[in-house]
Amino acid sequence: MAENKQPQQPVQPSGSVKSSGAFASGGTRGKRSGDWKYDIGSMGPPLERGAVVDGFLLEKRLHQGGMASMWRVSRVDAEGNPAPVEGEPPLIMKVPRIKGGEDPATIVGYEVEQMIMPALTGQHVPRYVARGDFTRQPFIVMEHIAGDTLRPRLEHAPLALDEVAEIGIKVATALHDLHRQHVVHLDIKPSNIMFRPDGAAVLVDYGLSRHEHLPDLLEEEFSLPMGTGPYMSPEQVQFIRNDPRSDLFALGVMLYHFTTGERPFGAPSSVRGLRKRLWIDPVPPRALRADCPPWLQEVILKCLEVQPDKRYQTAAQLALDLQQPDQIVLTRRAERMARSSQWTRLKRWFFALGAEPQEAAPSATEVLNRSNIIMAAVDVDNASADLLDQLRETVRRIVLTEPGARLACVSVMRIARIGTDALTDHTGKSLHVKQLVSLKHWARPISKSLNLEDGRLTFHVLEAPDPADALVDFARRNQVDHIVMGARGNSLLRRYLGSVSSTVVAESLCTVTVVRASAAPESDAPAAPAPQRHDTPRDGIS
Amino acid sequence: MQATPGRGRHLLRTEKTAISPEQMTKIAVVTDLHANREAVEAVFAHARAQGATEWAFLGDFVGYGADPAWVVDQVRELVEAGAAAVCGNHDEAAVIGSTPQMRAEARLVIDWTRAQLEPGQLDFLAALPFQVQRQDILYVHANAFAPSQWEYVQGRADAVRSIHATQCHYTFCGHVHEPRLYHLGATGKAGDFTPTPEMPIPLPGYRQWLVIPGSCGQPRDGNPAACYAMFEPDAQRITYHRVPYDHESAAAKILAAGLPERLAARLAEGI
Repeated sequence: MAENKQPQQPVQPSGSVKSSGAFASGGTRGKRSGDWKYDIGSMGPPLERGAVVDGFLLEKRLHQGGMASMWRVSRVDAEGNPAPVEGEPPLIMKVPRIKGGEDPATIVGYEVEQMIMPALTGQHVPRYVARGDFTRQPFIVMEHIAGDTLRPRLEHAPLALDEVAEIGIKVATALHDLHRQHVVHLDIKPSNIMFRPDGAAVLVDYGLSRHEHLPDLLEEEFSLPMGTGPYMSPEQVQFIRNDPRSDLFALGVMLYHFTTGERPFGAPSSVRGLRKRLWIDPVPPRALRADCPPWLQEVILKCLEVQPDKRYQTAAQLALDLQQPDQIVLTRRAERMARSSQWTRLKRWFFALGAEPQEAAPSATEVLNRSNIIMAAVDVDNASADLLDQLRETVRRIVLTEPGARLACVSVMRIARIGTDALTDHTGKSLHVKQLVSLKHWARPISKSLNLEDGRLTFHVLEAPDPADALVDFARRNQVDHIVMGARGNSLLRRYLGSVSSTVVAESLCTVTVVRASAAPESDAPAAPAPQRHDTPRDGIS
Repeated sequence: MQATPGRGRHLLRTEKTAISPEQMTKIAVVTDLHANREAVEAVFAHARAQGATEWAFLGDFVGYGADPAWVVDQVRELVEAGAAAVCGNHDEAAVIGSTPQMRAEARLVIDWTRAQLEPGQLDFLAALPFQVQRQDILYVHANAFAPSQWEYVQGRADAVRSIHATQCHYTFCGHVHEPRLYHLGATGKAGDFTPTPEMPIPLPGYRQWLVIPGSCGQPRDGNPAACYAMFEPDAQRITYHRVPYDHESAAAKILAAGLPERLAARLAEGI
């Protein structure tokens, strides 16, 4: 089950320490090692079925891997009677395999996981329950996620294109949630991805991860890059451990493999082999699979860019693209049918020689903060001209201050609650197109004045019976950070139809800015608690 | 699968599973108070609201600030109730008095501070030990390798030297005014970390840790808010806190006392 792991977690107990002047090796502590060092697990009897460890009964060994074994466990009281905790999911115990007491890779990986897991929440991580004292019996008890990892699907690659996109969306959604919690996974690969019954991806194994606000125990530990060979990002090869975009590279490797049935960079086992990805680009997926659409190649190759700045900046932006393939802006990446020329590779190789990453990588928080998804909800058919102007100016200012942000312009086309036949006919189609045209026209001054390039601006006409529901749902699915929308000015209309903006404000998970027309003559009762300032000039639009 | 109780079972229990959250020990570790009453009041109030059950003070109760007597009284009261406290270089100087070798400003501050303290307060400072060990925790002002020599822990090399000088898994020291966390693993590799305030950090006991909470009465990392740390030994967890306080009043009192203007100005900037 374990994938090719080398040179992950290089074991070099006596190896040189990278740039740590303070301390050369474990040797100097030697004479005191008996106190606590490596004195691991020796106090307990061997683990076997029926044993009780810290109140957990070992029921069945589910898996025995090279690094750890997994046990299904349940809680028991001091007398050994079942003592389940209300509302607790089925539990699993992960017990690291410590080989001969000299295995820094396992020890530190376990320490890292024990440190990071309790800080994680949400449906995309296994719920943390308990941990064991290292000097007695090291273990982590967590929620048992039923079912298989994504690993067996590799055997079936190439997969159907729909499934590839679906995997991409789910994993990217989970990754964004993790990055929002200040954690970079750094070992994204099929065997670390599982799914809940509702389809949500769950990311497991945090032994190589980095939490922005916790000490990085792995930072100085090893003198070789850490990760799984085929999936490691170029910056990981160069010892950068805090860039969330490394996880997007690994996801790109996965998507490439699922699309083509081949690994983009093979499975190198030496540092020299790993470094090749700094200058040799993979064979374009379309050269390996004729029916791979250009948009999918665009997405995959964008994930596999050597420079993190050229990749998707957040997993949410990747998920957004995969959910609207027709909105993806195709660049030369999409057209490529062969690797770059020898000459180009030679140039890249030359510049990669001894290359160090140019500057300190931005933290997860920094990358996420500067790469927001902003959603402009525009009622192109019904809003007043004043309101549309004010809304556009507000959106323009927000996008202007966030150079990495993406703007999704959304309009809702109301349809009957039952029976959508009307939309599939000719009239329905033309209405949809008409609305899309209006939306693009509304956004034109923004796209012109801000030079929104390379897929930073997208348009979406949603067909739904309830505009508020549709907007909230779109924002949630696409992990929108900020919704900007207009308040319905006409109070009579609002009285009968209800306020869309107040519903969106109440039900959205993100920031919502509600815009009013500058010269609102009547003083409406505010529909939402986030009114925009009214005193801005409107002549800023080009 | 139903397990059959009693056959082939082993009970490995750690004491911590039996402790309910209300009984958990929470130690508020406060250091380098430097006669700053406003900062100390704010930190005490914050720590009490956080549910502190014990107190530890890492020295430098006096010096720089305008309220040495009040601060010493507060600490003495808590020490009489069981708190740990160690001596800092400023406390020692207040007890011994200034010497001609000192810079003029230091001499001024020390003489002024001495004049503010009653004999009982000076006796309390004079009786402070250089280090206190409680179970697996060592409290010391400057470092564990030479507690009375006042060498700073300024980097990993100093931290490892200090960690090597004790059997304790947890060392708390002050003297350095910027919050910092050092650790030494079973594989012999040391690391350092600048903590994020209010973020609980696990400090598992199979590593050795050196915690510098940062100065309560004279923060110097560019953030004027007072520092302290809350250690939960049962949960093996530490949280560095930053507490905003009325540094303007503290600065005004320093000026009113005729102490150097620089000592007042730096409180607003945290430098």
